Amino acid sequence: MAGAWVFAEITRDGPHPAAFELLAHARSFDDDPTAIALGQGATEAAAELGAHGAATVYACDDPVFAEHPGRPAAHVLAGLIEAEAPDVVLFAQTYDSRDVAGRLQGSIGSALMGNATSIADPRHARAEIFGGTKIVDVELAGPAPTLILLRPKSIAAEPTGGTARVVPLEADVPEDIRGARIVERHEESASGPRLEDAKVVLAGGRGLGGPDAFAMLDELASVIGGAAVGASRAAVDAGWVPYSYQIGQTGKTVKPDVYLAAGISGALQHVVGMKGAKRIVAINKDADAPLLAMADLGVVGDLFQVLPALTEEIRRRKGS
Amino acid sequence: MNVVVCAKLVPTGTPTLGPDHLVVRSGTDAALDPGDEYGLELALQLTEQHGGDVTVVSMGPDEAGQAIQRALAMGASRGVLVSDPSLRGADALVTARVLAAAIGMYPFDLVVAGVESTDGYTGTVPVTVAEILGIASVTAVRRLEPSDAGARIERMTERGYDVYECPLPAVVTVTAGSVEPRFPSLKGIMQAKQKPVDRPSLQDLGSRDLTATQTVTAVTDAPTKAGGEVVQGDEAVGRIVELLAEAKVI
Ligand SMILES: Cc1cc2nc3c(=O)[nH]c(=O)nc-3n(C[C@H](O)[C@H](O)[C@H](O)COP(=O)(O)OP(=O)(O)OC[C@H]3O[C@@H](n4cnc5c(N)ncnc54)[C@H](O)[C@@H]3O)c2cc1C
Ligand SMILES: Cc1cc2nc3c(=O)[nH]c(=O)nc-3n(C[C@H](O)[C@H](O)[C@H](O)COP(=O)(O)OP(=O)(O)OC[C@H]3O[C@@H](n4cnc5c(N)ncnc54)[C@H](O)[C@@H]3O)c2cc1C
Repeated sequence: MAGAWVFAEITRDGPHPAAFELLAHARSFDDDPTAIALGQGATEAAAELGAHGAATVYACDDPVFAEHPGRPAAHVLAGLIEAEAPDVVLFAQTYDSRDVAGRLQGSIGSALMGNATSIADPRHARAEIFGGTKIVDVELAGPAPTLILLRPKSIAAEPTGGTARVVPLEADVPEDIRGARIVERHEESASGPRLEDAKVVLAGGRGLGGPDAFAMLDELASVIGGAAVGASRAAVDAGWVPYSYQIGQTGKTVKPDVYLAAGISGALQHVVGMKGAKRIVAINKDADAPLLAMADLGVVGDLFQVLPALTEEIRRRKGS
Repeated sequence: MNVVVCAKLVPTGTPTLGPDHLVVRSGTDAALDPGDEYGLELALQLTEQHGGDVTVVSMGPDEAGQAIQRALAMGASRGVLVSDPSLRGADALVTARVLAAAIGMYPFDLVVAGVESTDGYTGTVPVTVAEILGIASVTAVRRLEPSDAGARIERMTERGYDVYECPLPAVVTVTAGSVEPRFPSLKGIMQAKQKPVDRPSLQDLGSRDLTATQTVTAVTDAPTKAGGEVVQGDEAVGRIVELLAEAKVI
């Protein structure tokens, strides 16, 4: 059977959740996929990767991968690929994994496909293009392995309860190809559920008019309980909220039970990140805003009136 | 500091695919990718502060000359256009090989590109260029200053930002919103017409292996989500609450 590899991105909080989705994609055509985990916590992650279907996990806990993102990982992968000759390597379409895939393509000269949503076999996959309006079936040629980047949340992770064989790896990364090095990290403290995991996502856009109005969404989130606040890129670019809030093509993909957008017009690049929500509510004062047309419930109105009234009403219901 | 900026011509509005499943690039309205203007602005600011020239490189149809003209009008000194009929349908690898070869013809300390293009958004071409050139790279950059080690770079992360020390030469991709791209002045537009635009042939570049590895075999419309109910004013709050209750989240 086709040799499918999954590049399991190891973040500071453990394996990236998309790694488990990649294993589900891989298992659609290979019963025993292999995962490659590089970075501190890789060996520990092997158990979870095995429990999601990885038959083999190549693991290396060397700090070089976190200190020098991208290049060392691509270097180690290239060596392993030469030795083991897989048919395809799957990556999550995240900034960090994308950098590894791009580097790897430069060194091995294989085909690389981005924004894939499903994969039939190592040479055939499907992608969404033009902001998710068109679906293309793509055939990949060139030397093996093909490199396919899958958009997070295009498939659900599936626990298999399996156990992986763990193969420890040495990081043999010459000094002169390590490249840029991280010297400082700055993290905003996060509270509440992760945007990607929340059952309810409340998103604000340019219509909020400034950073202060996001407090209305925060308050609504806390009244609902377990809701996360996100934003359009317009609100992020304006500096009202950090990039971690961004939903869409260049931000996060969310699939909550309820997605409520306030003051967001519904540009394609935003929609691609939230159209999988079970129920979409949009509040917009412009009756022609595209998001109203695809919402399960469109509210034509001023968000500065609707949001506080909504918060009050839910509070009243919960209080009674 | 000499900077090469990668600038792509992209269709304005939603792009369309022709019967051959390739993007229609000729005879459609197109412009310099807005995502590339941030990198160009950063490059212009760097050279204004630290000296050096900005060279703009584009691979595309003849019309990509427009993207180069805009970049020259904003302040770049030289344009490089690689245009060859055989490049139509180029994939990410071919694009990276051509760009790397073209960039390599000029002296540079830094290559600047967009994080991802507006039409293709694969987002890997710049790092692939870096690998082919054998140099360092940092993506999703929001600030860059020269330093003793080369450059001090802030890269956006999911939860904040990381600071990198990066040796030069290097490739960086610049995020939207990190700088405010300038508008070309009238004077800039006039001057742009006098600036050199090189048109190296594929032979000049010596690039081999320019066969695309990606073929689109079918195109379908993604299912569009049908809208539901639209309500106004007073009704709104009650209906939202009902929906939240149906979803069992309150
Ligand atoms: C390559 C690329 C990638 C991109 N990636 C993303 C991405 O990941 N995520 C993303 O979101 N965007 C992305 N964009 C940007 C996207 O194209 C839009 O520009 C952006 O989504 C617009 O944000 P917005 O809806 O908040 O602002 P606008 O489009 O300006 O909409 C604001 C809306 O608020 C409404 N409004 C104003 N005041 C009120 C009020 N008082 N009450 C109610 N409604 C009000 C207005 O009617 C309007 O519809 C990307 C663009 C490009 C080119
Ligand atoms: C919707 C769509 C999807 C596609 N998907 C794929 C795919 O998955 N794999 C594949 O191999 N090909 C793909 N292609 C073919 C595509 O033409 C090439 O990938 C393209 O040459 C570069 O991809 P990109 O624009 O997505 O680059 P990105 O990697 O998104 O570009 C990032 C940056 O690189 C620079 N850059 C990119 N192209 C040029 C250029 N021609 N001239 C100057 N600078 C440039 C720009 O600064 C740009 O901001 C796709 C094309 C389309 C239209």
